Amino acid sequence: MGYTLSEKILAAHAGLAAARAGQFVDVAVDIVLSNDITAPIAIREFEELGVERVFDPERVVMVPDHFAPNKDIASAEQCRRVREFARAQGLRHYFEVGRMGIEHVLLPEQGLVVPGDVIVGADSHTCTYGALGAFATGMGSTDIAVAMATGRTWMRVPETIHISYHGSLQPYVGGKDLILYTLGQIGVDGARYQTIEFAGPVLEALSMDGRLTMANMAIEGGAKAGLFAVDERTRAYLDGRAARPWQAYQADDDAVYVRRLEIDVAQIEPQVAFPHLPENARAVSEAGEIVIDQVVIGSCTNGRLEDLRVAAAILRGRQVHANVRCIVIPGSQQVYLDAAREGLLEAFVTAGAAVSTPTCGPCLGGYMGVLAAGERAVSTTNRNFRGRMGHPDSQVYLASPAVAAASAVAGKIAHPASFDGQRDEEKAL
Amino acid sequence: MRLRGRVWKYGDHVDTDAIIPARYLNVSTAEALAPHCMEDIDPTFAAQVKEGDMIVAGENFGCGSSREHAPLAIKGAGVSGVVACSFARIFYRNAINVGLPILESAEAAAGVESGQELEVDLEAGEIQNLVTGETWRAEPYPPFMMGIIRAGGLVPYTRRNLVAGQGTAVVEGRGNV
Ligand code: SF4
Repeated sequence: MGYTLSEKILAAHAGLAAARAGQFVDVAVDIVLSNDITAPIAIREFEELGVERVFDPERVVMVPDHFAPNKDIASAEQCRRVREFARAQGLRHYFEVGRMGIEHVLLPEQGLVVPGDVIVGADSHTCTYGALGAFATGMGSTDIAVAMATGRTWMRVPETIHISYHGSLQPYVGGKDLILYTLGQIGVDGARYQTIEFAGPVLEALSMDGRLTMANMAIEGGAKAGLFAVDERTRAYLDGRAARPWQAYQADDDAVYVRRLEIDVAQIEPQVAFPHLPENARAVSEAGEIVIDQVVIGSCTNGRLEDLRVAAAILRGRQVHANVRCIVIPGSQQVYLDAAREGLLEAFVTAGAAVSTPTCGPCLGGYMGVLAAGERAVSTTNRNFRGRMGHPDSQVYLASPAVAAASAVAGKIAHPASFDGQRDEEKAL
Repeated sequence: MRLRGRVWKYGDHVDTDAIIPARYLNVSTAEALAPHCMEDIDPTFAAQVKEGDMIVAGENFGCGSSREHAPLAIKGAGVSGVVACSFARIFYRNAINVGLPILESAEAAAGVESGQELEVDLEAGEIQNLVTGETWRAEPYPPFMMGIIRAGGLVPYTRRNLVAGQGTAVVEGRGNV
């Protein structure tokens, strides 16, 4: 019997000829990541270990992105702690405000993630890098401290669910809708302790930004990793970007999967996940009349250039509804710059949206758009747990940039196509 | 190791934002986090929880973010252990790593009510409801994980391995569970 992608990558990093799901392995890691919230504990535990230096200053990456630029004094202290550690250890990949981005937008963009890698990060959305064929998973700060010290970690080789997408996509349906729909099918613990291998003709045609969005939310199904096979699109993305040589692994045709799912995408409309779980996905046409107070377009899920292009296409020449605060947050300095050059930022500002420097900010209820009691937001982020974006009695609806932008204009949850017709009429005039 | 305490019972998918809301993550010690533990789903918890109390919950406890602040806040609140039908993967590792004992048992989770008293024998994996007398058994930990728990967490465990010249290997027992 053959092997899954996870089994192959983990076996190679454990120095074993083969590894099977269920086996515990001790693996070498390629990148160890942490941020301004998780690094302070990791640094504390690292110092507890009594080790002087990180295992490799090229491979320990720190990104202050959650509460940075510093949102308050306590955050400033945390960011300082990270900065001082990064300097003392000579970390090559520490990203200061002004060069910083949301970690999971930044690392792939900077070429720090390559196929076949094992990457551990003190952030649950580290699984984003599976889009590039890297086995990447989130861990807590203590695990990260040990990985920073030793360059190794233990793992239980996960079982794998194979999900294949076929059929033709409806207009405005992208990676975000596919993953929300999938979560609706499998539930928030449907892939607990397991890897999801995303496959099928629909995904072969999906952009790298769309794949990153899907892999990002594998954790929302409880998964340890969400992997895509390396193909021509991956190679094109890595061309001129990859910081290291890499090796692609392929799952065997006779690999052993715990479950196989086939999803016909033709039936999938743009999706909205209702409060308070990402699995509460519904077709936007079945959302009903949900009046909103805020729209957030950004985050490690949908803060990339393609996302901003989609949002700008809808907002251009229109106005954000008078009762809505629309906040747009490019995911990195590069995305910000590209969006400026393409005129996207102008479209946002002209429409009456606020545009921010890259930060996680409102995604986790940190700052830059915290919700009051009773307020409702449509957000392109990945979690809508109770209190995630602010007051415990506020509500977050997860959606794609297209649905978010359309909703910002309508003042309520809206199908992006409802503006299509209008646009055509405008054109006809 | 024996744990004994009064039960605080919660449902399925208790996420890390419920255990410790992100707005409090600008600090990182167990003591500073504990006063906000469970705040958004149970505002009475932090004020009334007593040393040794236990949390019992449904499926997927600790889902969501990788924040180690979650098991730290629970530990800081004085909770001696968590019993749940199942745990989210990252939370499971984090709890073991910071020395917060957790046990998976759907039967025990179903057979216990808030306010009842529970006793847990960690080595034996035995969970007893001291009010009803019912007893359940949880899956034992793999040997290397019990080693981490005995050492008091991953850091002392790794430090010991490093000192013993065993290099970086933290996995003692390999095999299938
Ligand atoms: S954008 Fe949100 S989900 Fe992504 S890393 Fe930041 S806080 Fe986490």
